[in-house]
Amino acid sequence: MADFDQELDARGLNCPLPILRAKKAINGLEIGQVLRIIATDPGSVKDFEAFAKQTGNELLESAEDGGEFTFLMKKA
Amino acid sequence: MSDEKKLAVIATKGTLDWAYPPFILSSTAAALGYDVMIFFTFYGLQLLKKDLNLKVSPLGNPGMPMPMKMDQWFPVLGTAIPGMESIMTMMMKDKMKKKGVASIEDLRSLCIEAEVKLVACQMTVDLFDLNHSDFIDGLDYVGAASFFEFAGEADITLYI
Repeated sequence: MADFDQELDARGLNCPLPILRAKKAINGLEIGQVLRIIATDPGSVKDFEAFAKQTGNELLESAEDGGEFTFLMKKA
Repeated sequence: MSDEKKLAVIATKGTLDWAYPPFILSSTAAALGYDVMIFFTFYGLQLLKKDLNLKVSPLGNPGMPMPMKMDQWFPVLGTAIPGMESIMTMMMKDKMKKKGVASIEDLRSLCIEAEVKLVACQMTVDLFDLNHSDFIDGLDYVGAASFFEFAGEADITLYI
């Protein structure tokens, strides 16, 4: 897993909280910095893709391991 | 910002289950960069009360899954038993907490934080003899024309 600047633990949270928490965390980052998000909501896989597409932030990585989903989102 | 997308929502229902769609969609849209307005009218005004006391009812709601397959063997009239509404509301809230679903209080706060415009229908306030003091601060009390001023430029309009 690549480097990141901040981590967000969204485990146990359901829609739309992972997205809302991620948005808040990204607001606090500088452009180009990377947020790592860990979630357990299976819906978040498609949702973070959609979030990236609509906000312009870049989804660098999306991975699943043992029921946990990890995302790397670069602030645009 | 004229290139900002806009979402206009009309919230007409005042039960716990129906409180979710307007607040989930609006908070998410705001996170995606939308300018959002929710127009609360009729029973939807319950969602703006300072003290939320929202309930969910199995009565007249055959699509609602009930615990222990009660929805399969319970006669329809059984859902009208006194106390059933409180029990179902308690169970629903408990289930939501366990599943990591946000409370309506939290989602409403997130909407306010994200500068979603919450506007209340003044006609409904008059109709039901409600008081502005029963509602959260910072609301605009408006009529249909104000809704259209915003919705007329909206990319998406939802009636919930």
